[in-house]
Amino acid sequence: MSSKPLQRLDRVVIRFAGDSGDGMQLTGDRFTSETAALGNDLSTLPNFPAEIRAPAGTLPGVSSFQLHFADHDVLTPGDRPDVLVAMNPAALKANLADLPRGGTIIVNTDEFSKRNLAKVGYAASPVEDGSLESWHVHEIALTSITVEALADFGLTRKEKERAKNMLALGLLSWMYSRPLDGTEAFLRAKFAKAPEILEANLTALRAGYNYGETTEDFAVRFEVAPAAMPAGTYRTITGNAAMALGLVSAAHRAGLPLVLGSYPITPASDILHTLSGMKRYGVTTLQAEDEIAAVGMALGASFGGALGVTSTSGPGLALKAETIGLGVSTELPLVILDIQRGGPSTGLPTKTEQSDLLQAIHGRNGESPVAVIAPQSPSDCFDIAMEAVRIATTYRTPVIVLSDGYLANGSEPWRVPSVEDLPHLDVEFATGPNDTDADGNPVFHPFLRDPETLARPWAVPGTAGLEHRIGGIEKADVTGHISYDPDNHDKMTRLRQGKIDRIADTIPDLEVDDPSGEARVLVLGWGSTYGPIAAAARLVRATGLPVAQAHLRHLSPFPANLGDVLRAYDRVIVPEMNLGQLALLLRGQFLVDVQSHTAVRGLPFPAADLAEVLHKAIAQTLEGVQ
Amino acid sequence: MTTGTDLGMPSPGGTHGVPRLPEDAPKQTKKDFTSDQEVRWCPGCGDYAVLAAVQGFLPDLGLKRENIVFVSGIGCSSRFPYYLDTYGMHSIHGRAPAIATGLATSREDLSVWVITGDGDALSIGGNHLIHAMRRNVNLTILLFNNKIYGLTKGQYSPTSEVGSVTKSTPVGSVDHPFNPVSLALGAEASFVARTMDSDRAHLTTVLQAAAEHRGTALVEIYQNCPIFNDGAFQLLKDRDEKEARVLTLAHGEPVRAGNDHVVVRAPDGSLAVVPEADAEPGSVLVHDATDEDPSLAFALSRLDDGSMTHIPMGVFRSVTRPTYDDQVRAQVDAARSTGGGTADDEDLAALLRGGDTWTVA
Repeated sequence: MSSKPLQRLDRVVIRFAGDSGDGMQLTGDRFTSETAALGNDLSTLPNFPAEIRAPAGTLPGVSSFQLHFADHDVLTPGDRPDVLVAMNPAALKANLADLPRGGTIIVNTDEFSKRNLAKVGYAASPVEDGSLESWHVHEIALTSITVEALADFGLTRKEKERAKNMLALGLLSWMYSRPLDGTEAFLRAKFAKAPEILEANLTALRAGYNYGETTEDFAVRFEVAPAAMPAGTYRTITGNAAMALGLVSAAHRAGLPLVLGSYPITPASDILHTLSGMKRYGVTTLQAEDEIAAVGMALGASFGGALGVTSTSGPGLALKAETIGLGVSTELPLVILDIQRGGPSTGLPTKTEQSDLLQAIHGRNGESPVAVIAPQSPSDCFDIAMEAVRIATTYRTPVIVLSDGYLANGSEPWRVPSVEDLPHLDVEFATGPNDTDADGNPVFHPFLRDPETLARPWAVPGTAGLEHRIGGIEKADVTGHISYDPDNHDKMTRLRQGKIDRIADTIPDLEVDDPSGEARVLVLGWGSTYGPIAAAARLVRATGLPVAQAHLRHLSPFPANLGDVLRAYDRVIVPEMNLGQLALLLRGQFLVDVQSHTAVRGLPFPAADLAEVLHKAIAQTLEGVQ
Repeated sequence: MTTGTDLGMPSPGGTHGVPRLPEDAPKQTKKDFTSDQEVRWCPGCGDYAVLAAVQGFLPDLGLKRENIVFVSGIGCSSRFPYYLDTYGMHSIHGRAPAIATGLATSREDLSVWVITGDGDALSIGGNHLIHAMRRNVNLTILLFNNKIYGLTKGQYSPTSEVGSVTKSTPVGSVDHPFNPVSLALGAEASFVARTMDSDRAHLTTVLQAAAEHRGTALVEIYQNCPIFNDGAFQLLKDRDEKEARVLTLAHGEPVRAGNDHVVVRAPDGSLAVVPEADAEPGSVLVHDATDEDPSLAFALSRLDDGSMTHIPMGVFRSVTRPTYDDQVRAQVDAARSTGGGTADDEDLAALLRGGDTWTVA
């Protein structure tokens, strides 16, 4: 037991920041695991450059990991950190502006050399020139302490220095009363084949913990009690991992083999990596020659009766557009995962944005309707993947899932569902003739639709008697023969749209959260902004003002009651990480003058900023300002 | 860091795993493979002859018709699947090899054919074609080469000769053409052949060999477009000209050009056509389609100088190497057999839990 006084906190936000090669993502991941094991609720925000190793010690090379944990439910990774761990001057400079005055800074003084300071434009060390007076600064020679702790090891100085992130992790674990055993087990597995490196990391980790215990620099340590959460088995999960598990679960429930065609692209590649290790679950992953081939392979697999899936980000979605159109025309199930990032063009590969909404809904030639859905949190990616498969297989249509970099890499606790509670996804293949010809003989008509869903039969090769030809050229209603008939094209165009519209019959109504029932302002979001918007609504309500919140997971089609919800409020605020794409759709479809609030900074909305927007909107509504 | 899956060489035939008709079933006929759709190519189009050859030859495979799939891209020849009463997909420009790769990999029990043209396969779809061939997906690709864009009404194609005067090149094209056989050999396709729309017997023999091959079989078919590039291959069809110009390749046989010329290997390794009387003893090239090294086959494909003086016809290369789809399926099977069989609900539950959980009571 520690000899130092223990102070209880209800929530903490820590940001680990260092050079790309300093292991900050790993440090953050491990602290997250320790925190999850303690039963805190949490949310994380990794933030790293697109360059694999930008020049050491420079601002573009800074990589950070922010973690918010609490004794109550957590909605966001936190607007501003309480504690900043800065492994070098660049990390301090890049992150200081986010740290409120009075916050805690832990700096690795070993890295504050003249040369490193000069690299980021510091004339004098901010640790020494008094410019950090408003913060509580712990100056620690993390590198030299690590090297000293490892004095007896037969490693090079460089190898010893590399363990400094474990020293920092040990120290923070002590500060916030986190157990080390999970990390120790992790290191044992990771370095099983390198015993000396393993021992060095374990030694550095414990040295950091002991440093906190013995040094006079730290007078107190903190604890954050477990959060009250529904009973169950929990794990932490990132959005990309949840998406992969959701797809595997859906394929399992539907009894279909899963075929993923994919071309590596940030931030979607982890879905390919994860699924490539799940072959035992009937998963085939094909790394294609390009984005177009990737979706082509998926569509080919769907034609053959498998669950065809492709994963990508915005630039890849653009390349896949024509093949998705072929999926619309051939009316085959197809799931397209777009893990959005900053655009246009290459844009900001490692930063988040929601700017592919209009591309997903409208980004193809012709009238080419598809279903579009979006997860609202990392763990919701699991449920949304299953929903994508349900829609794709029931309605024989491409479904685009819009996740983003924030959800993909962010993590949170997830209550693991039991398999029997997962949705049933029964799939029916055509097995025989479905119609009769003029002479009364049984025939198969590939475009004779289900009267309820308007879906056409899924008749896969290998089924005798159902031989037919499909393709991108317009087909005659019912028979599926090539048709250039004007009336037929008009009818088929409306049927394809009608089929997508009918999906709304099977999705839940949009729910509005308005605890007081007195709100006149509604804040409506979609996708990954759920956490920041919900946190903002909480901040507003805490001041005694009512605000209603609703969040869309289905973007095409919209829930059937959306128009009614929009018209029930004096003012509707729509925050988006784009320049107002959902707002455009809402105005166009419902003639409601929603108020768009937008930012494209590559980062999630700070909840406090949104709360300010809502406060203003409520005040204006009360004053009767239009 | 490589691991391979031993598939137990030699590899089985091209249609291994595809359900066959029972021995006592009535023999299929051309009619069984003819759909009810009216064929809409221009009168005199070479595509008719290829369609007739394919419809006539498919019954010989003895496969269940429902297990045959034709996938095409865009272009005149890509209408092909509509006229065959099998499963088919008329897809989008250039992408048929990718779509067929997904289909063939996920369905071992299908015989998958790709129908494409010189524009479809070599311009817009060049990338997919070379990658299908390097992977060696079990596909039979029929590349209809008429050296012109027909469906868009007469622009030059990536196989048109330099200087071709077309709608889009009024003073002649300047880009150097692809030789599809050279390209396929460069991509190390495991089966590469060339044949001609007008030679039904040769066409059928080559298609038969291609269908029996396991892996990507690329068959270039010289095909006449009577509207936009009529007579492009006339020199190879003309009774007086073809004898000297067409080099018929036969595995294990000397390569001859006409009655009195042969192909020899020069001391520097290159190939040349010389009068038989001048050939050094032992220097005449004996065609070996099974040579692992594609270099000689490539040299054969380069014999012609672009003026159709020496055009080899037949199977350039037919080698055995593991196919992409067989290996992908073998990896899934291996994961299942070493992991304790096909995953059930309990296995899925374990996967969802992962390695690091905690319980809230």
